Amino acid sequence: MSAVADRMSHLKRLEAESIFIMREVAAEFQKPVMLYSIGKDSAVMLHLAVKAFYPSPPPFPLLHIDTTWKFREMIAFRDRVAQSLGLELIVHTNQTGLAQNINPFDHGSSVYTNVMKTDALKEALTLHGFDAAFGGARRDEEKSRAKERIFSFRTATHTWDPKNQRPELWNLYNTRVKPGESIRVFPLSNWTELDVWQYILAEQIPVVPLYFAAKRPIVRRGGQMIMVDDERLPLAPGETPAQRMVRFRTLGCYPLTAAIDSDAATVEDIVREMLTVRTSERAGRLIDHDESGSMEKKKREGYF
Amino acid sequence: MTRAGADAVEDGLAAHENKSQLRFLTCGSVDDGKSTLIGRLLYDTKLLFEDQLATLSRDSRQHGAPGGDLDFALLVDGLAAEREQGITIDVAYRFFATGKRKFIVADTPGHEQYTRNMATGASNSDLAVILVDARLGLLTQTRRHSFIVSLLGIRHVVLAVNKIDLVDFSQARFDAIVAEYRAFADGLAFETLVAIPLSARDGDNVLTRSPRTLWYDGPTLVEHLETVNVADTALARPFRMPVQWVNRPNLDFRGFSGTVASGEIRTGDAIVVAGSGRTSTVKAIVTKDGLLPRAGAGDAVTLTLADEVDISRGDVLAAADAWPDVSDQFAAHLIWMHDEPLFPGRPYLIKIGTRTVNTSITEIKHKVDVNSFQKLAAKTLGLNEVGVVNLATQQPVAFDPFAEVPQTGAFIVIDRISNLTLGAGMIDFGLRRATNVHRQALDVSKASRAALKQQKPVILWFTGLSGAGKSTVANLVEAKLHALARHTYMLDGDNVRHGLNKNLGFTEVDRVENIRRVAETAKLFLEAGLIVLTSFISPFRAERRMARELVEDGEFIEIHVDVPLAVAEQRDPKGLYKRARQGLIKNFTGIDSPYEAPEAPELRLDAGTRSPEDMAEEVVAYLTTRGYLG
Repeated sequence: MSAVADRMSHLKRLEAESIFIMREVAAEFQKPVMLYSIGKDSAVMLHLAVKAFYPSPPPFPLLHIDTTWKFREMIAFRDRVAQSLGLELIVHTNQTGLAQNINPFDHGSSVYTNVMKTDALKEALTLHGFDAAFGGARRDEEKSRAKERIFSFRTATHTWDPKNQRPELWNLYNTRVKPGESIRVFPLSNWTELDVWQYILAEQIPVVPLYFAAKRPIVRRGGQMIMVDDERLPLAPGETPAQRMVRFRTLGCYPLTAAIDSDAATVEDIVREMLTVRTSERAGRLIDHDESGSMEKKKREGYF
Repeated sequence: MTRAGADAVEDGLAAHENKSQLRFLTCGSVDDGKSTLIGRLLYDTKLLFEDQLATLSRDSRQHGAPGGDLDFALLVDGLAAEREQGITIDVAYRFFATGKRKFIVADTPGHEQYTRNMATGASNSDLAVILVDARLGLLTQTRRHSFIVSLLGIRHVVLAVNKIDLVDFSQARFDAIVAEYRAFADGLAFETLVAIPLSARDGDNVLTRSPRTLWYDGPTLVEHLETVNVADTALARPFRMPVQWVNRPNLDFRGFSGTVASGEIRTGDAIVVAGSGRTSTVKAIVTKDGLLPRAGAGDAVTLTLADEVDISRGDVLAAADAWPDVSDQFAAHLIWMHDEPLFPGRPYLIKIGTRTVNTSITEIKHKVDVNSFQKLAAKTLGLNEVGVVNLATQQPVAFDPFAEVPQTGAFIVIDRISNLTLGAGMIDFGLRRATNVHRQALDVSKASRAALKQQKPVILWFTGLSGAGKSTVANLVEAKLHALARHTYMLDGDNVRHGLNKNLGFTEVDRVENIRRVAETAKLFLEAGLIVLTSFISPFRAERRMARELVEDGEFIEIHVDVPLAVAEQRDPKGLYKRARQGLIKNFTGIDSPYEAPEAPELRLDAGTRSPEDMAEEVVAYLTTRGYLG
């Protein structure tokens, strides 16, 4: 049924599929929103949204869950992008967590992620009554994501039941929900990390400069390279940041996102690096490695 | 980097970017080695990263793989429950690439109970790799999966005869399995069917040719996947585009956004809106990257038209010289995907293209035995069963037979209350053209008949447990209305079960059909201008809702004669509860069949404490104050 394989290049096919998904959401839901996490996947997703509805603007706002621990360059980039596209940007922070000063150092990555990301997200979705939320997650990222539907049902308490997913046939997406329930929609499900970079190259999509190699102040923690983005990162006695040529393959909260050694200073360089790389993208995401299956657990609880 | 070097990278990048993509699934019975094969493909094509290999080797030890071996299944069985139980529950998608193509592979579950997840993976695949354990040969699941793959429109199949090492690389064994499969698959309309002997565990004939099967001179699995031509004939078919979204940024622009389902369209081409039959020509094919001279199957575009034509989401734009069919009755193949069986007559939703309409299955012609393809008589379809059915939609729908244009011939069935996806269908053909259906335009109408009687026709739908007193109250209400010179009619078990519905029993399926007929009959009396009283247990919300939606707002009054089960059972006027408790009556509401109480009835009568006379008075008062009695 989808046998257009030989006529369209894989990028064209992926682009058309994502656009179809976005238009279904805009047409069938009352109040959709696009989760915008500022990274390369969000950049591609937003670019696709602009294409999908042209000449209209995307008919939904952007939502950023701000943990207050993002890289400073990310926040600056976010504000530039929203402004240049003229889109409504909702920024939400878990105020209770903020008041309690929940942070990755004193409370550990697990509690911190739960409070400042998952709880914050659920709070924002409930507060605004969104019935559909786009996320930029891809199936090649992690093995529980590889199992998830493109239209992924969430109960009124935002939980995912991976053992009981709705069948998803052809491109006939079941978008029906009762009040309070919602669907997480993943238009990039079938994209790989390499596809994303090739598309960024082909479409000249702007991305946060942190993806490109530059000298940055780095400390080593548990075999990973952490960038000292501001004075909140507690340094051990005698620990001094060293300047090192690095870039980020994935961007999250700066204390939980490790850099990689790299000289790739342009998108072309990055694509070439991708073709030879021997580690997975999320190797640099510290929260994924608590235990096998930790992503599934987070997702069940409402994490994107 | 030198300029020449940069160009070389550019060329390399361009080549990579322009690769085609093949989407396929692996299917077959449990333990035929589907997940192992995918692990092998990822490993051999170097798509497993070092940290993933480290995790895999740690997990393999933890799950007891022998002596440092990698258990590839753990790569794809991503859910905690799957790893605990050592089975695949849901489809997983994995990605790899070779020098020639990019691949997305769907690893689907082998257990029969998870067939719907296998179908999910199959529906978006270009090709199926069907695995068979060389020691066991064809199993029920091999046949079931081949049949479903064929039904869902896959035309290219690889028969992977796996574990060939465990039958000593026997050509005779391979040939026997292939011959049996070819005979079986004869009726499945596959365009290509390539059989390959392989060992997923050791890698024989997966990426590289095996020195242990020198008798085999066909391609390796990867060679075949890289080169098989799966281009379908979608481009050669007539133009179809279901409208997804009306694009109106301002008063000067009105476009219709959608993905071309089949055929192609050029600026200036004549199109027709299937359904309304209105025609126009394409003014422009709009994309963010500029106007296109043409668009073909698979392209996501926005069309503007030369004329102001009324078009909305759900309409299908089509080539003016090749209209799709429009009908409200179809014959279709249906795969049922839910524990609760299909009930003919019950209202469901179907989504076809970008249109969602009310539907009911009017008849199950037969179900299909997946082993023998024999047609079996059936009153219902259970989980994972496949049948041929007739269905009727509330409004006419534009469609093509699935075999001609899959994108406009496929539909899903959705439950109207739970919103769950219950099944997947493929239209075979329309049963009549909607354009030929002209309901008799009658000068004498429901309104004129009602006016003659000086009353507002209405259905009083009494529901409640057996022994609640429905009929007692309904009879009193009818007597009171009659005394007020109102024209009524009563439908109850006594006058319906013995005549109109005497061929129905008390199974869930028959009870659904019983109520459907009662509802349709009540509607006819309503149109005759009467006040209709119905007195049936009518235990299921879905059927009461169906009855309500047959008529207009205000013409249906649901009256719940509410009594606790214990009270009804104690009264037991006909001794039915006693016999049900003894197991002499099956499917008795309240005992071994559920009663779904109304959530928002117009009237709820507390029959546990009030007298029938009192309750009948309340019903008449309700009708009087709301103007039903003129």
